[in-house]
Amino acid sequence: MTAIDGSVLPAEAAARTSFWIRAHEWATTVDHKRLGLLYISSGLVFFLIAGLEASAIRAQLAFANNDLIGPNTFNRLMTVHGTTMVFFVGMPIFFGFGNYLIPLMIGARDLAFPRLNAFGYWLFLFGGLLFYFSWIGGDGLYGTGTAPDVGWFAYSPLTSPAFSPGNSTDYWILGIMVAGFGSTATALNFVATILCMRCPGMTLGKMPLFVWMMLVNGFLVLVALTPLTAAQVMLLFDRFLDSHFFDTQAGGSAVLWQHFFWVFGHPEVYILILPAFAVASEVTPVFSRKPIFGYEIMVAATTGIGFISLGVWAHHMFTVGLSGPVNTFFTASTMAIAVPTGIKIFNWLGTMWGGRIRLRMPMLWVCAFLFEFVIAGLTGVMLAVVPFDWQLSDSYFVVAHFHFVLIGGLLYNIFAGIYYWFPKATGKMLSERLGRWHFWVFVAGFNVTFGTMHFQGLLGMPRRIYTYDPGRGWDLLNLITSLGVILQAIGILFFLVNVLWSLRRGEDAGQDPWDAWTLEWSTTSPPPAYNFEKIPVVQSRRPLWDLKHPNDPDWRYE
Amino acid sequence: MGLLAGAAVLCATGVAMAEPTTGRPVFDQVSNMFQPVSVPAAKIRDLALLVLAICGGIFVVVGGLIAYTLIRFRARPGDEHREPPQVYGSSNIEAAWTIVPVIIVVVLFLATARTINELELKEPPESALQVTVVGHRWWWEFQYPEYGIVTANELHVPASTPDAPRPTFLWLESVDVAHSFWVPRLAGKTDVIPNRRNTLWLETAQPGLYLGQCAEYCGTQHAHMLLRVYVHTPEDFARWVEEQKAPEAEVASVAAGRDLFQRTACINCHAASGTVADGTFGPSLSHLMSRETIGAGVAMNTPDNLRAWIRDPQTMKPGVRMPDMKLADHEVDAIVDYLVTLR
Ligand code: HEC
Ligand SMILES: [Cu+2]
Repeated sequence: MTAIDGSVLPAEAAARTSFWIRAHEWATTVDHKRLGLLYISSGLVFFLIAGLEASAIRAQLAFANNDLIGPNTFNRLMTVHGTTMVFFVGMPIFFGFGNYLIPLMIGARDLAFPRLNAFGYWLFLFGGLLFYFSWIGGDGLYGTGTAPDVGWFAYSPLTSPAFSPGNSTDYWILGIMVAGFGSTATALNFVATILCMRCPGMTLGKMPLFVWMMLVNGFLVLVALTPLTAAQVMLLFDRFLDSHFFDTQAGGSAVLWQHFFWVFGHPEVYILILPAFAVASEVTPVFSRKPIFGYEIMVAATTGIGFISLGVWAHHMFTVGLSGPVNTFFTASTMAIAVPTGIKIFNWLGTMWGGRIRLRMPMLWVCAFLFEFVIAGLTGVMLAVVPFDWQLSDSYFVVAHFHFVLIGGLLYNIFAGIYYWFPKATGKMLSERLGRWHFWVFVAGFNVTFGTMHFQGLLGMPRRIYTYDPGRGWDLLNLITSLGVILQAIGILFFLVNVLWSLRRGEDAGQDPWDAWTLEWSTTSPPPAYNFEKIPVVQSRRPLWDLKHPNDPDWRYE
Repeated sequence: MGLLAGAAVLCATGVAMAEPTTGRPVFDQVSNMFQPVSVPAAKIRDLALLVLAICGGIFVVVGGLIAYTLIRFRARPGDEHREPPQVYGSSNIEAAWTIVPVIIVVVLFLATARTINELELKEPPESALQVTVVGHRWWWEFQYPEYGIVTANELHVPASTPDAPRPTFLWLESVDVAHSFWVPRLAGKTDVIPNRRNTLWLETAQPGLYLGQCAEYCGTQHAHMLLRVYVHTPEDFARWVEEQKAPEAEVASVAAGRDLFQRTACINCHAASGTVADGTFGPSLSHLMSRETIGAGVAMNTPDNLRAWIRDPQTMKPGVRMPDMKLADHEVDAIVDYLVTLR
């Protein structure tokens, strides 16, 4: 099953070999665990870069009429920050989790197509590098570089040759497109693996919820990325072959681009958040010491979200002047999606209810996620109310809302996942003490920054302005918003120190430090290249519970 | 901290003081959507309050539940090796927390649909003042076809009184990229999109100045595409219209400046009544001095600022689509002397 290359070396032997041999091993690996770690660590590097970009943005906005960075740099920074966080942080990190965990959780030895998997990773990485190369090459390798400055959703006709000369927009298109091919490959791999490679006994109804959610996620990626790539190809035609799909100067349609982009863009939000839900659905039961409450309805809600998310895109376009009936339809569909999402929150709560909740680091992050996500969901409902949206759209309220989703929802669960599975991947525990510092400082900073932002929005501050005049009620709020960034940065520092310190000195984790129930905890930490000596056979959703409680196994009740 | 500050500003009367920084316009107003002065904005506020109340209620209940669960079911010392009863689910409870949200969502949806319907107005009513708003990078053009007036960045509209209702109906167009017209206290925003004609309406009884700005990212100077809407009593509005329609007074002492203006490329981009200038790339300079700001709100309209602007607009508004005209100082002075007679 495992490929015949360096990756079959046992861990101890690898540790003794020289740097170059190890680098070669990592560069040529097709092992899902190594690729998973590569995904996660590259994603984290991009995260740090995009975080620095955000800090520069907030430094500029801390004071009215500040001229720390001019309009051009500001516009590039906000474009690159947004694009990076969505395409080169959120997606790859969760692909990393999926890569690492799916085979382990379903008792397989690798993904279905290991080489395709490696191909996907390198496409993502080179897509990201190509995108960042625009800082140097955006004007075509002569003159100074310029990154794209069209915003992360690149509304036409800002991207047409008339308004975006040079090549910066082309880097935006190609970087995302290349990474997108990689994502498609990975999604295909996930779906094939989950459908075909489960160990004996693991029917669809006995898969861990993490795997279920990654399955729906895989389908969503396959469906949603296509329109984006198509639209990007059309845009390239506009830019290089004089077609006029989006070129309004020649009769093209600006609104068409918006439809294309959001037909991708909204499912994308769920592509990002479903894996976060997936992590929460594994952590909550283990740390509440109870099985997930309402497994079947969780699966139903996940699939429901998957389907409905394909029919809500125009809620990003309520201010475009669509007709009343269209707006009304998209209000209905958008609000409908709140129902399955609410069900999930209640089921996590139901899991915790009556349990013995152990507030270790992973669980702490999930609990904080629950709070922030309730807020994110409710502001989402407000934005779905079309007339209210006419005031809130494109203001700082929206910025606050989607950061509650993407940080409070996504990043918190990335942290939860890292604290939870770090012991499995490295054999070392992360420090709880540093972890708590990381947690409290970051959560405080996050809420100061993004909690405050709602109010600038309600007071009429549009997003993406590089400066503003004093006296409009925004000064103090912006200062507070920017100060919160300092706390968040300190929090992230604690996290980095924690990872580096624990890698060297962390407590030994052993096979199953959390007393958990899914298959990945039945093998060594880190697992051998072949994952399992013997392919496991399962009888219930919690195979390790059955092992640990032979006289009260789960399969009696499921 | 931020929440408190935000709430405080939100509740404040809407008037905050501002220290004028050099050359910058003084904005003494908070564009708070919860202090509407116009019919559509008021309807939105009412709906928003309903939605906020419902969402606030949900937040208290669910947030409280999470907190309670965390405290009540937290593992105590000694619990390490005892597992709690294993519960796998309950169809009744799950049905309950599916149905209750469905009901809430239906209520919210109906309220939303009703307001959408109330606010939709695709054709102007008889009595309305119609203005065509044209978005440019990075300034606003306002055309009043009824009166033959074209002006920029500062929209003047009449108040609507019970015995003489006069809503304002805006046609929104763009000559370049997408913009968005947003004055929170008057109405929600509507995008201004090239190759498309959107509409927006407002109706207010309260004279005053209301601030807003472009809300759709439109490139370099998106931040300086400000909107000022002046609502006048019907009499004041009639007076403003007469002033705008009146021909410019030809002041003999500034003939040199006027000549220079007409011999420079200014006229390719700007129009000015009483001269050969009929450009439409930049804002019309007719009755320039009736405006309080220049450069779409980037500076107050004073002779000094005009001089600075014409000497080098790129310093005041980096990236602006008016070039540095490389005029000598005395030429700039002559032109500004002429411009300040455009009343
Ligand atoms: C290439 C076209 C172009 C030329 C030539 C040009 N301008 Fe402009 N001008 C503009 C544009 C565009 C604006 C609006 C800029 C903005 O607010 O973003 C503007 C704005 C102005 C304004 C401010 C108007 C207002 O209400 O905000 C003044 C005054 C002005 N120009 C005067 C002049 C004079 C005098 C000359 C000749 C010496 C001149 N312009 C030449 C394009 C031009
Ligand atoms: Cu604009």
